[in-house]
Amino acid sequence: MPEAKLVLQGVKKSFGENPVLCGIDLSIARGDMICLIGASGSGKSTLLRCINQLEPIDEGTILLDGQDISEPGIDLAPVRRRIGIVFQSYNLFPHMSALDNVVLAPRRVLHEASEALHARAAALFDRFGLAPHMAKYPDQLSGGQQQRVAVIRALAMQPEIMLFDEITAALDPELVGEVLNLLRQLRGEGMTMLLATHEMGFAREVADRVCFMDGGVIVEEGPPKEIFAAPKHVRTQAFLGAVLR
Amino acid sequence: MNRRQAYEAAQRRRSLTVAALSTGGVLAGLILLVPLAPGWPAVKASFFDATVFAETFPTLLQAFLIDVMIFAWSVPLILALGLAIALARGARAPALFPLRIFGAVYVDVFRGVPVVLTIYLIGFGVPGLGLSRPWNSPYIWGTVALVLTYSAYVAEVLRSGIESVHASQRNAAICLGLSEGDTLRYVILPQAIRRVVPANMNMLVALQKDVALLSFIGPVEILRQAGIYKSLLANFTPYVVAAVIFLLVTVPATRYADYLLNRDRNARS
Repeated sequence: MPEAKLVLQGVKKSFGENPVLCGIDLSIARGDMICLIGASGSGKSTLLRCINQLEPIDEGTILLDGQDISEPGIDLAPVRRRIGIVFQSYNLFPHMSALDNVVLAPRRVLHEASEALHARAAALFDRFGLAPHMAKYPDQLSGGQQQRVAVIRALAMQPEIMLFDEITAALDPELVGEVLNLLRQLRGEGMTMLLATHEMGFAREVADRVCFMDGGVIVEEGPPKEIFAAPKHVRTQAFLGAVLR
Repeated sequence: MNRRQAYEAAQRRRSLTVAALSTGGVLAGLILLVPLAPGWPAVKASFFDATVFAETFPTLLQAFLIDVMIFAWSVPLILALGLAIALARGARAPALFPLRIFGAVYVDVFRGVPVVLTIYLIGFGVPGLGLSRPWNSPYIWGTVALVLTYSAYVAEVLRSGIESVHASQRNAAICLGLSEGDTLRYVILPQAIRRVVPANMNMLVALQKDVALLSFIGPVEILRQAGIYKSLLANFTPYVVAAVIFLLVTVPATRYADYLLNRDRNARS
């Protein structure tokens, strides 16, 4: 059993009166790729936003390498540095070139020297086939390219774990493939990843484990083969029946 | 030319003709009717005297340089103070609450008082404390009054710009581990400032005109110089000269601001 990178215990979160996460337990081993599936509003995005503390949780604990990062009042900046997150809407900084988007945080937060940093960033662009687009501004890039730059921007901080919040959901269908290929490549390199996704085929192909969420809890969890071929829970069956048809 | 283009060209010709006829009609009416007014010869003599115009123009243009000078050193001060006030109003930390209150009061006060009153109160009031030369100069205190007033407006414009940057930009920056300060400096402000450039251009055009209000507290700039000529020559033409000189500067500046606004609007739609 590999050591657990990230452990969630009894995580609860409500927005006002509205409970969104109702006790989430999840353990992610180093190098694991976990896919969260479920209908919109089932709590997948909120769970990801809670893990890097963009939303503070109400109850429970989140352990990163055994350290409780959900404790109220701790300095979050060093924690967030170790957790990369990419959103559905890219959120690139529109007034900076792709390269500047990528080097800003390492320069300001990690205080890396400019030359070494630029070389490292160029290598990242090269690795994911975006070297020709380094100097372009976000509005000169396609959605798929922007999303890949957003992933590179997160990777440039050398995170220990990456969270992906439905990163292909806003893309035109023909652009989804290039982003999924990047994720495959990352998985091949051993990155620990947690994805909220609607790409069932992708989840089935690459995930180590799939978690089906509904009503703020993880209803069913297991290897993709089991979840997709023989879901045990009636709600999982209903959901997969609806999306796979 | 296809059918639609032919139709649109005919439409264009038609509206151009109508516009030209209507403009010509109004102009002709003005030129023919105004001189018929009983007081026209007197107005013409005291406001549109060509000799006085030619005689006073060079000196007034010279005096206008004082306005330009005051404008030029006020602008950087206004932008810097405006930014500081905008940031003070946006401060969230509890320890900075007094700063926030101060920002709000400042903006309320200086937007709420007519510029000319601020100029009077500061321009006469502060030197009245018994300051010695050169610290009682109306140039200094007039500038202070303009800076106080205009920075309040600029602060509000900047704040609206800051608030127009979507929260997802701040989130993205914070998730990368950037500090609040760096997020503001590298992510929020560059986008906010770019968005409010056209609005601030309009502000600067207004400032260029309001510099003339300093004439009330002393400096012999264009408006005061025109007043001196008026008394000397018993003729109002110098005021018309002053108006023409202002227009030479403000019309192109306003057009440029409008151009920026339109370009911005088109880029966002």
